[in-house]
Amino acid sequence: MRDVAIIGVGMIPFGRRDEDTLLDMLAYASLNALDDAGMGDKGVDAVYVANMGAGILQHQTSVASALVDRLSLLPAAADAVENGPASGASAIKNGLLAVASGYYDTVLVAGGEKMREVVGWKATDFVATMTHPEVEYPYGITLPGMAGMFTRLYMEKYGLTRDQLIAVAIKNQKMGTLNPYAHVKMIITREGIVESPDAAVNNPVAADPLHFYDMCPVSDGAAAVILCPLEKAQEFTQNVPVVIAGFGQATDTHTLQERDDPTNLKAVTLASEQAFNMAGLKPKDVDVAELHDAFTILEIAESEHAGFFKKGEGGIAAENGETSLKGKIPINVSGGLKSRGHPVGATGVAQVVEIVFQLRHQLDEARQVKDAQVGFTLNFGGFGNNVVAFVLRRSE
Amino acid sequence: MTLDMELESVLRAPALEMAEYPAKVITLANSKKMVVRQAKRTEVPILLDAVRPTMKIERDFYDIVGARLYAELLGWYRYRVRNEYCLVGQIDGYVVGIVNGRMVDEDIGISYHTIAIDRGLKVGAHLFAAKMEHHIEYLGQDEVWITAESPIGFRRWMIEYNLIKQTGVQHELGGATSYKLTRQLYFNSKSRLVAGERPVPEILLNFAHENLLVADEETIQEKICGTIGGQR
Repeated sequence: MRDVAIIGVGMIPFGRRDEDTLLDMLAYASLNALDDAGMGDKGVDAVYVANMGAGILQHQTSVASALVDRLSLLPAAADAVENGPASGASAIKNGLLAVASGYYDTVLVAGGEKMREVVGWKATDFVATMTHPEVEYPYGITLPGMAGMFTRLYMEKYGLTRDQLIAVAIKNQKMGTLNPYAHVKMIITREGIVESPDAAVNNPVAADPLHFYDMCPVSDGAAAVILCPLEKAQEFTQNVPVVIAGFGQATDTHTLQERDDPTNLKAVTLASEQAFNMAGLKPKDVDVAELHDAFTILEIAESEHAGFFKKGEGGIAAENGETSLKGKIPINVSGGLKSRGHPVGATGVAQVVEIVFQLRHQLDEARQVKDAQVGFTLNFGGFGNNVVAFVLRRSE
Repeated sequence: MTLDMELESVLRAPALEMAEYPAKVITLANSKKMVVRQAKRTEVPILLDAVRPTMKIERDFYDIVGARLYAELLGWYRYRVRNEYCLVGQIDGYVVGIVNGRMVDEDIGISYHTIAIDRGLKVGAHLFAAKMEHHIEYLGQDEVWITAESPIGFRRWMIEYNLIKQTGVQHELGGATSYKLTRQLYFNSKSRLVAGERPVPEILLNFAHENLLVADEETIQEKICGTIGGQR
């Protein structure tokens, strides 16, 4: 197996992009990545496109071959990857395997989603189509609903507090104001969302005990990466190559009710362990991490299940600032899904793009983790039933 | 403009006596303090400056809401609309949102328009709630007739307040379906949707009265539109 490097990354600002089609967004992000990789007119061998909902939201299928044509990358092989909100990382994993195996030399992976084309409740319903079609969806469950119940159990079992969730929300919204790609660029304060007499109106309960500001926004967006064998990276670009040192992927039961302990995110633990083992590294070696904080609870629970903190200590760490930019393990200094936004097919790719920015040391001081050498991403599909993790390393 | 006051007295709509809306201050999610107060008729030219740029923005139907609000405020300024009022939201003096409406008679109010210039902070929702508060609690009316011209309005008003659909009732804004808020519905929703504290600290209120400021057109467009499509 060959070492695989990320030689180019591209993203477009997430948010409401009324004027763009899904394909426009995928093309913009891809072109940015191709330019960044210095691909010029070289083309790529294969294209993997991560997307969850075009068939439902845009009544459009076969987006991968459409993108290849749109970018004039013919006759590159084209595959679409639909793996719920973990589609982005799944697509990168498929591209990684194709390059590592020696079958392809250059692969473009693009992830995108256009969710603001429909009203909010339809977007929520679309995301809920990943739940079990017989024992969950027909009873009205939504992902916010699941997250609310999960949070309540976590509070009972581990003593998680609302203040700890609020610390994550405030941190990630602050970091989003520094990220030019973020959907939400707005500081929130404890006064505004908790303490003032108006806080209950500003920040109502959304899925008890989660409130409005515990949720990520519904976003449009796209992101892309270019993969090639590490030994060939310098043929294309002088960018510092970032190596995918390890990956892991694991599946858990479709329904939460079938798990022995619904608070135990086994797939997160397994995927993370696989990634760290493959990289020959441990969580303590990670300088910066992007976790899948579709809800504030997930950043805390994933930080524990991925091995950064013991169970029950992730929330305390967040509250103590250990996950902030200058903390022990900076988490979601991009603003995370909470502020960058969560166009579901794009998210896993965007997480990797962010870590590449960090490992190249190309961000502004306000958001750059000093001398970052190792990064970690965790893309969380379903309610933890499909998880993909990467360990990325700066290659000098 | 020179007016023939004899003719003007014929043209001007007679007005009911209307209670004044007592100003309040709302702490927003970012801790900014939004003063909500009743605008004076003499302040309309400044408010029109705030509304004018919105008429060019298609997103979320700002163009139609802006155009109609502009006309309504001008109508009030020129004494051509009966029993109209306008509430303005200000942060650091700047106009961040405007709502207006009028009394049809002692019992029935009409909600005209709600426009938020600062977005993402529930400014529009807070101001709409203030408008309902004015009709029910200060003007003492039994019901408010409401229609929506944008999906956001429909979601915020019809769904969040659980408004009652009025079949066969014509809202003044045209042929769209008319809904109504009753006193009971208002008080059912009040704790959930109506924010604000009174009295407004004197220094804050005086500043708002003395500094009715309007951002430049580019800033208003950026605040309303946010991310622009086509960006690489």
